[in-house]
Amino acid sequence: MKDAEYILEMDNIGKTFPGVKALDGVNFKVKRGEIHCLVGENGAGKSTLMKILSGVYPSGTFTGRIILNSTEQHFRSIEDSEKAGIAIIHQELALIPELTIYENIFLGHEIKKGPFIDWNETIIKAKEVLKRIRVNINPETKVKDVGVGVQQLVEIGKALSKDVKLLILDEPTAALSEVDCDNLLQILRELKKQGITCIMISHKLKEVISIADTITVLRDGKTITSIDATKRKVEEKEIIKYMVGREIEDIYPKREGVKYGDVCFELKNWTAFDPSKGREILHNINFKVHKGEIVGIAGLMGAGRTEMALSIFGNTKHYIIKGELYVNGVKKHLSSPEKAIKEKIVYVTEDRKGNGLVLIQDIKFNIPLSNLKQLLKGLFIDQHEEVNAANKFFNELNIKARSIEQVVGTLSGGNQQKVSVAKGLFTLPDLLILDEPTRGIDVGAKFEIYTIMNELVKRGMSIIMISSELPEILGMSDRIYVMSNGTMTGVIDAKDATEEKIMEMATA
Amino acid sequence: MKELGVILRKNIRDYGMFIALAVIFVLFTILTNGTFISPYNISSLINQTGYIAVLATGMTLVIIVRQIDLSVGFLSGFLGAIAAILMMNYHVPAILAILIVLALGAVIGLFFGVLIAKVGIPAFVVTLAGMISFHGLLLFATQAGGTINITDKFFNEIGNGFIPSFGKIGGFAVSTLVIGLIGIVLFIYFQFKARNTKKKYNFEVLPMPFFIAKIAFIVALIAALILVLAMNNGISWTFVIVFVVVSIFTVILNKTAFGRHIYAVGGNPEAAELSGINVANVLIYTFVIMETLTALSGILFASRMQSASPTAGTGFELLAIAGAFIGGCSANGGVGKVTGSLIGSLVMVSLTNGMDLMGLGSSIQYVIQGIILVLAVVFDILTRRSQAVG
Repeated sequence: MKDAEYILEMDNIGKTFPGVKALDGVNFKVKRGEIHCLVGENGAGKSTLMKILSGVYPSGTFTGRIILNSTEQHFRSIEDSEKAGIAIIHQELALIPELTIYENIFLGHEIKKGPFIDWNETIIKAKEVLKRIRVNINPETKVKDVGVGVQQLVEIGKALSKDVKLLILDEPTAALSEVDCDNLLQILRELKKQGITCIMISHKLKEVISIADTITVLRDGKTITSIDATKRKVEEKEIIKYMVGREIEDIYPKREGVKYGDVCFELKNWTAFDPSKGREILHNINFKVHKGEIVGIAGLMGAGRTEMALSIFGNTKHYIIKGELYVNGVKKHLSSPEKAIKEKIVYVTEDRKGNGLVLIQDIKFNIPLSNLKQLLKGLFIDQHEEVNAANKFFNELNIKARSIEQVVGTLSGGNQQKVSVAKGLFTLPDLLILDEPTRGIDVGAKFEIYTIMNELVKRGMSIIMISSELPEILGMSDRIYVMSNGTMTGVIDAKDATEEKIMEMATA
Repeated sequence: MKELGVILRKNIRDYGMFIALAVIFVLFTILTNGTFISPYNISSLINQTGYIAVLATGMTLVIIVRQIDLSVGFLSGFLGAIAAILMMNYHVPAILAILIVLALGAVIGLFFGVLIAKVGIPAFVVTLAGMISFHGLLLFATQAGGTINITDKFFNEIGNGFIPSFGKIGGFAVSTLVIGLIGIVLFIYFQFKARNTKKKYNFEVLPMPFFIAKIAFIVALIAALILVLAMNNGISWTFVIVFVVVSIFTVILNKTAFGRHIYAVGGNPEAAELSGINVANVLIYTFVIMETLTALSGILFASRMQSASPTAGTGFELLAIAGAFIGGCSANGGVGKVTGSLIGSLVMVSLTNGMDLMGLGSSIQYVIQGIILVLAVVFDILTRRSQAVG
């Protein structure tokens, strides 16, 4: 039997949630053995489409047909789709940190001899899988002891061990450093040679262009276009135009007449020891921020950037710290987030779902949470003040929701990020630390976050921006610090900086 | 009609406990040939709910912050016995004995809180150890005579007395009728006020007909309750105490920064910490409140029994925890209302009371209570899941 050209055809797919039409007649065709990138703004329907394909939304809860290898499919569960050779790897990895790599790879489909697990065979098979994904690590290592890049590969290995034909990756590189990203893309290319078809959702257009054979753009639950990237070179601008429905000239809005003032924050000989890891994680860091300045902190994953931010912001991880911290020239000891907030420093986390927002509560609960004092009238929270405050940020940051009473967990990533930023701003900070402020959010929302940042520094606020995306670091910062292995390896003025120079320092 | 369906589905979690309560009332009224619904039984049902509702109020806070307290049953029995011993053996005035016992509860809560929040021992372990220890202490305290009879009039009035009636009209206590009427008027006024405020801010509100229906339903319930109570002896002091406790903690949870901190810590402890909230202190205060309310519950129970016995408080923790879950607390934390837990307690106590009237033994009662606890959590999880999917 000759295989059809398309391994997968999703035909006229429609899916409605109460009050929202998430997908509206989407057509999505994937050729056998290609890497197919699916792009679109948050809320465009990418994840919904993939959930339909993988059986998360069972057959019957949507309209349209799924045709896999020329046969119509009716998946009733994830199990059904796995049996058909489809595996999905979600953004949040589904590994058990306390188990070893080989245990994780065969979790749920253990190799058995009689009623018992055949561990020897498992390890041998795991080694074979690891070879395919070029991971040169002992499979007996625990997953918690390897970096997030390797963890991502282990997830892929898990899929491979199930004899997957169609691999779906939902933003696989969102949490990876540049080096890990390149490595992952390289491995996807190799899997392609081995005959595995791959659908990848990504917001990073550069990598989309570098790897995709076909690019499909969704917008507002509809297929906008499908571009064959093997025939011609696709420009980033072109994709963005399809994604947002208009052209964004410069994604990094320029500020006019940047002038920054005195030093408002400084670290001197800042060293931190992490007792839980038993080693020093920050070595002798010297760092300063001027009033009205955006300072970028670049570096690879694990360079110690988030750790530095947390050590400043109340030291919630209980590092043992040596060194001095100055706010407006006065030496301070910030022993809790509460004290840091009092000194008008606030940290907006990279992990808005994990430790940023209370997802089960609404917008008006979350925004003032760090500074409820401001809403108190006597002993009680003034409802009027609360609503006004929340509405102010709701409008200023252009948060898209039904109202400030919408539960935060139901917002899109970009809007959650805006609520997270609003929560920081409600403390009226002088120094705002943004950790990966645009991770996992779409181009339109990114642009809005950048515009907000520029507006804030214009008002005299200072911003520290930690980011793994070099174009963002170059586009937004006034000065750039680069970290590597817990050390500041360099500082450079943005106008002199290039991606090459930064990468050089980041890998020093 | 479709609208009604949507509203029902959205609020099934809130209405579920009322449905459960209605089913129990109808069922037991039939099974006991009407004894269950008699004014005398309703009145004593309210007083029996009192000491559980006070516990469930504290348990609501504890469950919201993702903790649990298994010790409240025997602790309430033990502290009740302490009150009895202070008054009977040491002739301490009742007021002073009550204050000492409340303070003792607060200190135990502080101790628990520090072990849980600062030392980092899971609440399950700390309070399980507490449950065993307090059981032992209760047996030790009541060992001499088995049961300590309390003869203090003032003390016994708390669990058995009623507010002055100021005469009766047609068999109804006047003061109860007046308070009931004022209560209904205030309730309607505040409901409308809250609705108008919400509308002013463009928040979602129930459509007017449903809103009126909801209010009419609740008013009818309050009116029926008031009439039944007025027919008997009127409003009891226990009723007054529970009303005050529930009101205070409703206001604390909804209107104060501490209340917000409780919901934040329960909803996402890491986010709460990075928001500058002192998570450890929130946990400690929560356990201080829980154990103080446990002391109050012990006082209410000893007063109602007019004695302290070696079995006092047995199984209260189960009733309080089940009451909180039936009342809408989430097993995952971050969600819960004191008023819900009050209704939940009423469900659990009605069940006990009805089974007592039927003459069922305590063995079968424990089994049924256990099953109800699990069903309440299953219901909670299923309704939340269906809401999450949309």
